[in-house]
Amino acid sequence: MHKLAESLSPIERKVLPLIKENTSLKQITKSGLKEIEIIRAFQWLENKGLIKVKKEATEIVDLDVNGKKELPEKKFLKSISERELSLNEIQERTKLSNDELNVSLGLLKRNSCILLGSKIKITSKGKEYLNNNKIENFLISLPKEKSELNQEILNELKKRKGMIKEESVKERIAALTEKGREISKLNLKSDMIESLNIKILKSKEWKNKDFRRYDIKINVPKIYPGKKHFVNEALDYARRIWLEMGFKEMKGNMIQSSFWNFDALYTSQDHSVRDMHDTFYLNGKGDLPSKEIINRVKSAHENGGNTGSKGWQYSWKEDEARKLVLRTHTTVLSAQTLTKLKKEDLPVKYFAVGRCFRNETLDFSHLFEFNQTEGIVIDENANLRHLIGYLKEFFKKMGFEKARFRPAYFPYTEMSLEIDIYHPVHKKWIELGGAGMFRPEVVKPLLGIDVPVLAWGPGIDRMIADVYKIKDIREVYKNDLKQLKEIKTWLK
Amino acid sequence: MPTVNLNKNEFEKLVGRKLPLDKLKDRISMLGTDLEYIKDNEIIVEVFPNRPDMLSEQGFARAFSSFIGVKKGLREYKAKKSDYKLIIDNSVSNVRPFTSCAIVKNLKFDNERIKQIIQIQEKLHIGYGRNRKKCAIGVYPLEKIKFPIHYKALEPSKIRFIPLESNKEMNGNEILDKHPAGKEYGHLLKDKNKFPVFVDARNKILSMPPIINSDETGRINDKTKEVFIEVSGFDYNVVSKCLNFIVCALADMKGVIYEISLNYWNKKIISPKLKPESMKIDINYVNKTLGLNLNEKDVKNYLERMGYNYKNKMAIIPCYRDDIMHKIDLVEDIAIAYGYENFKEEIPNVSTLGEEDEFEKFKRKVRDILIGFGYLECNSYNLISEEILNNMEFKMNNIKVINPVNMEYNTLRSWVIPSLMKILSDNKHNEYPQKIFEAGKSFGREESEKIGLLSCHGSANFTEAKQILDYLFNSLGMKYNLEEVEHDSFIKGRVGGIYCNGEKIGYIGEISPKVLENFNMEIPVAGFEINLGELFEII
Repeated sequence: MHKLAESLSPIERKVLPLIKENTSLKQITKSGLKEIEIIRAFQWLENKGLIKVKKEATEIVDLDVNGKKELPEKKFLKSISERELSLNEIQERTKLSNDELNVSLGLLKRNSCILLGSKIKITSKGKEYLNNNKIENFLISLPKEKSELNQEILNELKKRKGMIKEESVKERIAALTEKGREISKLNLKSDMIESLNIKILKSKEWKNKDFRRYDIKINVPKIYPGKKHFVNEALDYARRIWLEMGFKEMKGNMIQSSFWNFDALYTSQDHSVRDMHDTFYLNGKGDLPSKEIINRVKSAHENGGNTGSKGWQYSWKEDEARKLVLRTHTTVLSAQTLTKLKKEDLPVKYFAVGRCFRNETLDFSHLFEFNQTEGIVIDENANLRHLIGYLKEFFKKMGFEKARFRPAYFPYTEMSLEIDIYHPVHKKWIELGGAGMFRPEVVKPLLGIDVPVLAWGPGIDRMIADVYKIKDIREVYKNDLKQLKEIKTWLK
Repeated sequence: MPTVNLNKNEFEKLVGRKLPLDKLKDRISMLGTDLEYIKDNEIIVEVFPNRPDMLSEQGFARAFSSFIGVKKGLREYKAKKSDYKLIIDNSVSNVRPFTSCAIVKNLKFDNERIKQIIQIQEKLHIGYGRNRKKCAIGVYPLEKIKFPIHYKALEPSKIRFIPLESNKEMNGNEILDKHPAGKEYGHLLKDKNKFPVFVDARNKILSMPPIINSDETGRINDKTKEVFIEVSGFDYNVVSKCLNFIVCALADMKGVIYEISLNYWNKKIISPKLKPESMKIDINYVNKTLGLNLNEKDVKNYLERMGYNYKNKMAIIPCYRDDIMHKIDLVEDIAIAYGYENFKEEIPNVSTLGEEDEFEKFKRKVRDILIGFGYLECNSYNLISEEILNNMEFKMNNIKVINPVNMEYNTLRSWVIPSLMKILSDNKHNEYPQKIFEAGKSFGREESEKIGLLSCHGSANFTEAKQILDYLFNSLGMKYNLEEVEHDSFIKGRVGGIYCNGEKIGYIGEISPKVLENFNMEIPVAGFEINLGELFEII
């Protein structure tokens, strides 16, 4: 019990003795304490089990707009107290509105305060009314609890427009508990050390005084540090996985020529992914690589060139290849990397994590800007089982133990695989995107030799959304600062 | 992705085996198509664009039946000899130069079948035919036609017939202007002086490809037993393959295919061309690519499961396959038959060194410093509305997307601060102070990596932005200086150009009240933006 008494804060110490059997907050304000302090003290004392606070609704009557002005009937009476006047003259003098005039007229007539004629005359009752201030006194006393008021005047005023209003106000009523009663019997020391400061340390005051105990379980106000965007945290993690697995990072522009985005990847010039409703186009013409590479790509498309393929059998146009697009996949970077390598550099592994663009209508599962994680392995001995090996390892490190691969189709890979990861909670497969082995029609024109190239470019936002339990993928780039502050940390 | 609708009962009959639902779903997706929908008797599957032969119920069942091992090996299709002739006039050579045709008899059409044929035709038009540009298909009841047929180009005004879905005669131009199909596909003929037509021996126009058939001679119904089919386009191989997709499906409906002699002005071709092609198969290459150890018998088995035959180290390719252009395509089919689910993963023991991009390292360090100041990192789209860029009161040459998703995202951002301003204006309901930054791309004459930072609270000012900038440069061991500049996004006299090594790499200042007003904001904002790419170059 003493422990508890020692833990009372100064404000609690002040408030507790003021609480009797049923004490309203308002009563305590008479002591000079501020309402907000009392509310806080009530809350703390209640948390400690010393008091019980209940909220009771009380009907409060308060002034409304018209109640704050001089009563119109009084103005009316005053204007005719010296001599009788016509209604028009009264209005001119009093500046009462038509409404006010009518209300006054009705009221005064009812109470026989005036005599009507061509001119209006005040009666003796009217003079009495003029000197009676009971309505004004009533109004001045507001706001007041309804039950404490003169009901007759209240009902009278309620009938009049905009004079008073009734509000239901919740009032806090505190009552001591058993424990509270005992504590308040104790002598509540008031000279305890509230907070340690330089003065107390210097004066050694702390040696003969007690510290007030804290309620260490109490909630403290939240604060937030600066932090990384959760998507970037996840992307940084994905990049680290590839680095650990021995991959070099690729970087490049988001604005690309169709050549790199499509042609170099053996996507025929009339393929539907090049349509406006799939790909974003920009004005202007892009740069192309060396004539030699252009010609090799051109002949791969037209007749296979020296790749051992029949090609797409059409006439390839340079103009189409120069069109500028926002890259639709990070695979552009892989294509560009191939042209920079020599046979001696092999085997090599590259990765990229980056933003891509597709002309998709935004909905809960589609973004027009999204992140891909790209990878290529260029190795004379690479095979399909390695591809599956690298990918399974990556997804395992991302936290998805089960991945499966289904046949798919992309113009630039053969085998083409669709990657699904298994969601252990929802018990369903999530489709992430493609992987495969680059076609010889891609590799040979760009690299100069035909070597197996494993390649993948699954989307990564869905995985991130899933880890953070975000159902609507649009939330990922919403930049709601509250969400960004409160979202948990990427734990891998 | 195109889809094909299957009637489950019909499909099972064609496949020759009934599978439990689970198994059916699994097998369909492991064949390399995607199950879209399955309910009661209806199955909808996606077909990849490299397999137009699977766009019919018959074609899909054919592939599926082999895949699950019921009817394995090559399906051979043959056309009977006949006297049918089609004469191609050289006037089509610069309009729509090629056609490939066939006759199919012994058909039994009901409404379901007619629907199927229209489905095949439509799906081939969209995908393989690139919306009728590359090739277009016409199907006609044989009894309405008198051979020989002529394929020629005529002046539009001389082409007169009643097109399908119309009740009055129109000429070529009128069809393009008024007929729904003409309006939709007219652009394919717009710049031509003459339009192509099929005309029969009585001089009746059968159709004006690739737009529309004649109502009189170009409508099949449930009485139709025999049809004439033509495919027109710009490449003989393309039209000939497309014809095969259809006649093979019709043959699977028990139709009997007849040849037509195509008398081109310069040569004679017998159509359709149903003879299978062959390609050499190298088992070592298969094993090396897949990481397997298959023998000849395995390879033969897997090829048969994908509808091929295997003979003398050659794969015999069915006439309806259009996607086998390289030996790697055979390897893929073998892999699919082997089953992607059966490949055991392996991480090879190849030593390569990981290497992080140097700029990325640098960027991360700068981000860490700003986070240390209590700043929250944001992440925006690169696409933004031009209106937001204009709100900054600072003219730049913005790069606009020709075909944006919507007006909210029609322009590539030319700097990062506009994105951050948008975030602040979207977060007015949240607690202050709001201190944010973002590192990302911006797009101008070139693409650059920038970092923008804004502080927004009751007394946000130049000093606090400069304090951060000071610390940032100090900890990078670099020096900068500020020069007075004019920049209408900021308050006059409270904005500086950030110079490093004599190069201007950014701006710092208090955002002007006009800009705040444009963003509907009533709280001061100050901050800076640096071209991080250039800073990295200087380091």
